[in-house]
Amino acid sequence: MLEIFGIPSTALFGQLLIGLINGSFYALLSLGLAVIFGMLNIINFSHGAQYMMGAFAAYLLLQYTGLGYWPALIVAPILVGITGVIVERLFLQRLYKLDHLYGLLLTFGLALIFEGLARNKFGSAGLPYTLPDSLRGGQNLGFMFLPNYRAWVIVASLGICLGTWFVIEWTRLGAYLRAATENPTLVRAFGINVPRMITLTYGFGVALAAFAGVMAAPIYNVSPQMGSELIIVVFAVVVIGGMGSILGAIVTGFGLGVIEGLTKVFFPEASNTVIFVIMAIVLLVRPAGLFGRRA
Amino acid sequence: MERVVDPLAGKPSLWRTQAQAIVFVAMVAGLIAAPFFTYPLFLMQAMCFALFACAFNLLIGYVGLLSFGHALYFGWASYISAHAAKVWGLTPELAILAGTAMAAFCGLVAGALAIRRQGIYFAMITLALAQMMYFFALQAKFTGGEDGIQAVPRGYLFGLIDLRNEMTMYVVVLAIFLGGFLFIYRIIHSPFGEVLKAIRENETRAISLGYKTDRYKLVAFVLSATLAGLAGATKAIVLQLASLTDVNWPMSGEVVLMTLVGGLGTIFGPVVGSFVILLMQFKLAAVGEWVLVIQGVIFVACVLLFRRGIVGEIAHKLRIKL
Repeated sequence: MLEIFGIPSTALFGQLLIGLINGSFYALLSLGLAVIFGMLNIINFSHGAQYMMGAFAAYLLLQYTGLGYWPALIVAPILVGITGVIVERLFLQRLYKLDHLYGLLLTFGLALIFEGLARNKFGSAGLPYTLPDSLRGGQNLGFMFLPNYRAWVIVASLGICLGTWFVIEWTRLGAYLRAATENPTLVRAFGINVPRMITLTYGFGVALAAFAGVMAAPIYNVSPQMGSELIIVVFAVVVIGGMGSILGAIVTGFGLGVIEGLTKVFFPEASNTVIFVIMAIVLLVRPAGLFGRRA
Repeated sequence: MERVVDPLAGKPSLWRTQAQAIVFVAMVAGLIAAPFFTYPLFLMQAMCFALFACAFNLLIGYVGLLSFGHALYFGWASYISAHAAKVWGLTPELAILAGTAMAAFCGLVAGALAIRRQGIYFAMITLALAQMMYFFALQAKFTGGEDGIQAVPRGYLFGLIDLRNEMTMYVVVLAIFLGGFLFIYRIIHSPFGEVLKAIRENETRAISLGYKTDRYKLVAFVLSATLAGLAGATKAIVLQLASLTDVNWPMSGEVVLMTLVGGLGTIFGPVVGSFVILLMQFKLAAVGEWVLVIQGVIFVACVLLFRRGIVGEIAHKLRIKL
């Protein structure tokens, strides 16, 4: 068997693949956080809970309406996105004039509510979500076995990330968004409905989290606490990348996923903590983050 | 021109100027009398959390820094204190001291990293560092993993006084709590504390006045972490247990909640808040997972409707400082 640095190549590529999968989720979630932060100036602590809600929405759609994976991939993010719109209208819009920390505290409270409700209804144990038939099986690439679903997750999240980046950086809508981030009052004076744009941005960010949740459902168990630990890692990813750049968030997300996967091969004990250690090093060397702009 | 009459002008009443002293005396009297009416163990636990919340409030209320990772100092101090008492066989005061020293050290390292970024990033960094130390606690041998460190001996204070007696232990915890509380009061009302408040109000201005704000923030952070550690180390001796609960992120959220409910930036708020929240958990133990939902609802309600907290609201109504 082929060996690289004394590690069997199948193990190495296997972990690399897992790293890319985790990186897909880091990228999708930190992208959503960055988009929301750009417009609302709020760190959305309930992002993890909304990712969990996406997974549960897919599970419930399958159980009660028979809607399978593919429709769920569209319907679940829309449903969860609508709850996000409601949250923004009911709660978040009252906080824009206050210190940013209140937004963090409020969304933390919402995360507790969502997670608590899910635990009451479904218990703490995970629920399985069956893979769609069309994505079962895999390809033998010669040096490793690539399951179809995992390949799909990587391709889909990369596509969504780049699509979002394209919309924000290269379209008229994106230009409005960027302008409203810089100077909302001036953009309003041009007759653009900024409050509605803010609401929809939050809804979109939440829908991104839910989309990630649906994609995660067949890989991990669907469980109430699946979001809370992930979101802390994503926070570290966001600190490392800096939220100033959309592309930066995507690159950092995938990159850190891969680094974490490789750590699992070479120093398994450190795999849980490696991202936090990298965060500490980045803070020492480049306090503004890799892609951050110094305020 | 009509003269505006300030209802508070003229002679300020004794009650207004001395409100803090009066409330403090009432609090001490209440805490001395309380163990004769309710469970001392509950009160001791509540005092540990009250000190923890006061330490947290020193940062958020007086420097404007939201640390979302204070479980790190609380939890690791309780591990070290429990380990020192159980395995090294140290007397309780030395065990608590060892735990507190650990918290101070962690606070120095984490604080030095976290103050490199402001605002929302500060909260995320402290949370991430705390989560890292949670994983260390989960993997380290001496912490006992999921079991924690159980059956920690309370031992003999200074090698002489038996702390297995509930009332003796109570007096010790009360002394530690009041000592910590008065120390925090002293910090807030010192020239150093005034600089901290200046940083909270306008950091740029404080810098332009020539203050090295990073140093002030770091010292405040270490002080806060140390006092949080004192609370955690004491709790490990009182409950004879150190576990993963104390070092995990929900604990960081809980101390935020306690302070928010009681009143950010008030002296007595965190004490009231921690008693309220602990009492609530105690009463609601039967409803299980709903506690999480209720805590979340309190968070949302506090942020939207009740930002001054209980003590802040009372102080505002009576126009006094508490």
